[in-house]
Amino acid sequence: MNSYLLDAFKARFPEDTLETSSFRGDETVVIRKEALKAAALFLRDELGFDFLMDLTAVDYLPRQPRFELVCHFYSSKHNYRLRLKCPVTAEDPSAASLTPVWAGANWFEREVWDMFGIRFEGHPDLRRLLMYDGFEGHPLRKDYPLKKRQPRIAHRD
Amino acid sequence: MTDRKRQEFAKNWELEKLENGRMVLNMGPSHPAMHGIVRIELTVEGERVTGSDVEIGYLHRGFEKTCENVTYNQCVPYTDRLNYISPLINNVGYALAVEKLLGIETTPRCQYIRVIMSELSRITDHLTCLGASAMELGAFTVYFYLINARETLFRLADSVAGGRITPAYTRVGGLTRDLPADFGQKAAEAFKVLGKNMADADKLLTRNRIFYDRMHGTGAVSKEEAIALSFTGPVLRASGVPLDVRKATPYLVYDRFDFDIPVGSNGDNYDRYLVRMEELRQSVRIIEQALAQLPGGPVNYPDLGVTLPPKEEVYGNIEALISHFKLTFEGVKPPKGEIYQAVEGGNGELGFYIVSDGTGRPWRVRVRPPSFTLTAGLSKLIQGAYIADIIPTFGQINMIGGELER
Repeated sequence: MNSYLLDAFKARFPEDTLETSSFRGDETVVIRKEALKAAALFLRDELGFDFLMDLTAVDYLPRQPRFELVCHFYSSKHNYRLRLKCPVTAEDPSAASLTPVWAGANWFEREVWDMFGIRFEGHPDLRRLLMYDGFEGHPLRKDYPLKKRQPRIAHRD
Repeated sequence: MTDRKRQEFAKNWELEKLENGRMVLNMGPSHPAMHGIVRIELTVEGERVTGSDVEIGYLHRGFEKTCENVTYNQCVPYTDRLNYISPLINNVGYALAVEKLLGIETTPRCQYIRVIMSELSRITDHLTCLGASAMELGAFTVYFYLINARETLFRLADSVAGGRITPAYTRVGGLTRDLPADFGQKAAEAFKVLGKNMADADKLLTRNRIFYDRMHGTGAVSKEEAIALSFTGPVLRASGVPLDVRKATPYLVYDRFDFDIPVGSNGDNYDRYLVRMEELRQSVRIIEQALAQLPGGPVNYPDLGVTLPPKEEVYGNIEALISHFKLTFEGVKPPKGEIYQAVEGGNGELGFYIVSDGTGRPWRVRVRPPSFTLTAGLSKLIQGAYIADIIPTFGQINMIGGELER
């Protein structure tokens, strides 16, 4: 099963699969972000990965491309986990939204937008989730100082 | 205010035009019949909920950002504060994740103790959930019974770890201390109290007309919807999906115990209540088996690069002194890489995604909190229901602000 999945990915997305690897039993596929949604649909509809367990991002400043979007999928049918990653550049911090595919992606994506400033195209309601409206910056970016103060926000009616 | 900023306020705070007697109602952030700080902006038509927007973020403390700036072992006390009514599961999950990154497996005794403490935490988690949601439906007596049992178990955990809800019990590669000598006896006494309180609560709730009517058929979600919303834990199992990380991908020594995964059929609040009640009994079963099988031996991984050496060694042995110094100042150094480790928390899959850059501090610690997806799906669960149905649904979602908002 091990290499089967990774091979299936390479066969299906020969152009877009950038890298496949396995570390400590976790299998990872890195694809180009243009293929993210197609890959997610492929996973759900053809490989039987029914759960989107987690969706988050990592900031690798000063590396290029700077961000990486990380999705963890789980198949309850095959009892199998897979990690799907795609690099996102600092110049164009955006990716396709998975919310139309998994309703559960909604808040995960809102959190990534809030914390990393990565926009999701096609998200129905992309607002900050944990921070308040008017918060400046995206706190989980590596260039956001640990003890940065925020300006006071104006009173709202 | 500049135009750009105004655009960033994505939600327009002006009320929409409301026709046909629709009304916007604010539930929370601090509502007497809901535990936890959350604001639900409801649009109601009479008593019916036609739309809702759940707003969270009142308890955000920057757990993930903080963890990037401390050593691996210094993160452990922060994990207590994720789910503060089942802190030991968080401790265990985090330690397991770092150990997976290091590629080590702890000693058998340590694994058994971790199972015992995780299950104790699961019981306290379920007791709080059931007690609080019964209280919110008016059954105040039940709350006292279940909280009494919870307090007994907290005291038991306190005797082991030194803290009721902030134990910080695990370390990378082991535990802070072994079980006390009289743990088995104390546990048996605590389970007697638990059994009595649970039997009382069971009699007061399970066939109670008022309780049944408010729980049955409310907040229902189908199997397919629950999966699409990434639900896990008791709420998913109440919908009929027998998914439990302890059975599906056994970690620690869960594959050595005989226990069942209760599954519901309707996916409503009453099934969630029944699933949680049964899981309490199964957790007691696991602890009793684990105590019977408990092996002897050390609780810490015998490697000077991972766990702190005993104090006598530090003072009498140069190797141990060096290791103590390096572990304290620089911390454990896992190799470069990234892993995802899931454990079954009180409310579902609790996952830790850790990225290491090879230094003593994690590059990124991500927690996949179980109540996050559940709270995200709350709007769906209460759509079209009565306002009064929000209370039992929210109670069974068991939102824990600490892990939800980190």
